[in-house]
Amino acid sequence: MQLTDTRARADLQRSGRLLGRFDRRELLFRALVTAVALSVLLLVLAMIYELTRQAWPAISKFGLRFLWSTEWNPPKERFGALPFIAGTLITSLLALVFGTVVGLGAALFLVEFAPPWVRVPVSYMVELLAAIPSVVYGLWGVFVLGPWIQHTAGPFVLDYFSWLPFVKGPPLGVGIFAAVLILTIMILPTIVAISRDVIAAVPRSQREGILALGATRWEMIRIAVLPYARSGVLGAAILGLARAIGETLAVALVIGNSTNVPDSIFSPAYTMASVIANQFREVENDMHRAALIYVGLLLLIITLIINAFARLLVWRVTKGQITTVIE
Amino acid sequence: MTAIASARRRRRAVDRLAAAAIIAAGIGVIVPLLAILLFLLVKGLPALHVDLFTRITTGAPDGGIKNSIVGSAVLLALALVMGLPPAIATGIYLAEYGRGRLGFLIRFLVDVLAGVPSITIGLFVYTAVVLNMGKVQAITHSDQKFTAFAGGVALALIMLPIVSRVTEEMLLLVPQMTREASFALGVPKWRTILTVVLPAASSGVLTGVVLASARVAGEAAPLLFTTLGNNFYSISVFRPIDALPLRIYTYATGPFQYQHDQAWAASFILVMLVLLLSVSARLILQRRLR
Repeated sequence: MQLTDTRARADLQRSGRLLGRFDRRELLFRALVTAVALSVLLLVLAMIYELTRQAWPAISKFGLRFLWSTEWNPPKERFGALPFIAGTLITSLLALVFGTVVGLGAALFLVEFAPPWVRVPVSYMVELLAAIPSVVYGLWGVFVLGPWIQHTAGPFVLDYFSWLPFVKGPPLGVGIFAAVLILTIMILPTIVAISRDVIAAVPRSQREGILALGATRWEMIRIAVLPYARSGVLGAAILGLARAIGETLAVALVIGNSTNVPDSIFSPAYTMASVIANQFREVENDMHRAALIYVGLLLLIITLIINAFARLLVWRVTKGQITTVIE
Repeated sequence: MTAIASARRRRRAVDRLAAAAIIAAGIGVIVPLLAILLFLLVKGLPALHVDLFTRITTGAPDGGIKNSIVGSAVLLALALVMGLPPAIATGIYLAEYGRGRLGFLIRFLVDVLAGVPSITIGLFVYTAVVLNMGKVQAITHSDQKFTAFAGGVALALIMLPIVSRVTEEMLLLVPQMTREASFALGVPKWRTILTVVLPAASSGVLTGVVLASARVAGEAAPLLFTTLGNNFYSISVFRPIDALPLRIYTYATGPFQYQHDQAWAASFILVMLVLLLSVSARLILQRRLR
């Protein structure tokens, strides 16, 4: 025992010496790629640090009151982000609801219903939807979707749903409603792609078992498929939410730009991202700039938390094999 | 008996209803794409004109968008030059070395970074690069704060997570036996990675690079406060530069009809470019998997 042990050690030492020439370069290469990879960590920290530093005048002056103050008054240097936080939450959450319902339905269609000659092109077209630039959605939103809302969809919704709270006022074409529609379309590819993958990952035996008990196709989906895919679909929805919250130019073009807290689904408003895009180039004073960077910092923190949560969920379901990197 | 029969009828009706809703959702998701492509064709195609490619923005209907097209190309090149080396190095680390806790953390952060809004990236580059341009005036020989360079940095940061993760996944697809064969010949690991594994995964990595290019070619939000836009022709790295998506944004908010027409034409060009990149990425990948 002792003998083999020392012999093995001697062998190791000799081969180590032999490889010594390579070893140093191996270490160098390893150190290099590790250092580059570590810079990703530094990058995230640097973002938080830099934005905090530049937003500091606003942070020290308004503190956490910034989160619930509704006054946004650049000339008087009084700033509160509630209108934008409200705008972001309302548009993103509504888009999330619509996007998840339609996206989950489409994912079920692709996995459970569609024959391959339908599944492949439809999957492909949904992915192309993700490739269209945000600003093109915005242009389409301004010149096609806006007039349609103003003349067709808006009056229709007002006629039939004005008994609902927050459904009132003239449909202007630009406003919350247009932003929600655009965001719904934009987060669909994320939700469809991930939901499709987690639904496809439900074991066949699970489906066959319940079909053998005489279940209809819908009962199979409801009892055997959806519970199994639940946390993955939740992860997909949250990733979609993160995308909706961060979406900038498409929203900036259609949301109507108002610093008031919206009181109707047709109100013009601002989201956190769109107010930065719209006002940052024409700031009126240093405090205005700091306040906008403060909004950007909040946006960064919110999306970091939501993304971290969603990634962990999706990872748990797919066991680390993320199939969708491109969003 | 009748109770069972009616229950069965009800279950069947619910099944049909659910199936109809699901099929409607499946068809519904392709409607927006078709609607957008249709309007790009109807409004963008008639507005296409040779002058768009040969003239710069003049502030009059006879101007073009040559400065924007060239600017987009310059920005993309800058983003590739600055973004690819670190992205591929990170991908190599994740696939070949990042097995432990640190690897998990970095993989996680790369994914989180992919979710950071592009406008926030733009703000960060504004604070980190644009505000500091004054300090490096001696090197850049330019008194401009807003530069193509800053825009390239922003786009590179957006590319980084996409290309890193694709590189990692593609390297992991290379069979372990290939590596072992190389080790058996006495080739050290670093050289195995660079001369055996990476070439074997090259078409997959290329797919990721093309997809990331398609993504950043359409980004305008991170350019708003970094490259600023430019009505004149410029290919200088340390001056403001225009880009197609920026031009579309400016013109979409402009008051004149010719601006709207040119915005549609520019969108048509941009979408064709992006779709071309996406489709070619897919073809590269399919050839590899076959």
